[in-house]
Amino acid sequence: MKARVTVTLKTGVLDPQGRAIQHALEGLGFGGVEGVRQGKLIELDLADGTTAADVEAMCKALLANPVIENYRVELA
Amino acid sequence: MKSAVVVFPGSNCDRDLAVALRDITGSAPAMVWHRETELPPGLDLIALPGGFSYGDYLRSGAMSARSPVMRAVVAAASEGRAVLGVCNGFQVLTEAGLLPGALMRNAGLDFVCRDVALTVENSQTAFSARYDAGETIRIPVAHHDGNYTADEATLDRLEGEGRVVFRYAEAVNGSARNIAGIVNDAGNVLGLMPHPERLIDDALGGSDGRRMFEGLAAALG
Repeated sequence: MKARVTVTLKTGVLDPQGRAIQHALEGLGFGGVEGVRQGKLIELDLADGTTAADVEAMCKALLANPVIENYRVELA
Repeated sequence: MKSAVVVFPGSNCDRDLAVALRDITGSAPAMVWHRETELPPGLDLIALPGGFSYGDYLRSGAMSARSPVMRAVVAAASEGRAVLGVCNGFQVLTEAGLLPGALMRNAGLDFVCRDVALTVENSQTAFSARYDAGETIRIPVAHHDGNYTADEATLDRLEGEGRVVFRYAEAVNGSARNIAGIVNDAGNVLGLMPHPERLIDDALGGSDGRRMFEGLAAALG
């Protein structure tokens, strides 16, 4: 089983890297980009029997910082 | 005073911190590798140094905060022992939950490496007792992720309880309310981004950092 954990900054948390990417896109002539938020994608290869609750616990313990980040788990 | 400096893979200010502690408190700190599960007995102060532990993988301080030694550091903090986190050490303390908030990428995206002016907001802690409240001091910073962030309620509580100990007196990294250093609610854990251990001797260009260690030596024996 695989899990894909997407970690994103919470709404309202300033993302200076996202803003720099937006400015770079503008500099390359791409108009119409009204905002950029940068996040992380973490892929986990999991042994059989690992549960969604286990992955949830991993997110809370390490993969995301709940002060500034949200996370979403997809199991496949 | 009996102290220890925790060394993580990628720490690079551990020796500077050890020199400051040895010269100012009169006894050399124990250097404790992050894989240790216990700290030496009878410590008065545990210091977490600056650097780029674990290459800042995942988030600055995130991996170190889950090191075996940090369970012992958390236990020692809850017993009331003094814990000082400088720069990466501050990031580790927030990731370990010993201090609220988080340290994000600097607002300007620049690595900031220079002396900055700080205002001492609270001189009633063991870490700041040798400074005067309202005094402006000069301490170097060297960081990429020093932009302190917390929700408004947390920021209000930190300010209301006098837990903002040092504030930037100039624009540095975009930190919320110009916060440079905070203590926990019990007042025995301080995290700050500036490096007091780098400015302890006039031969090095200044000694404003020295008084933090003098205050700790006086308070902790």
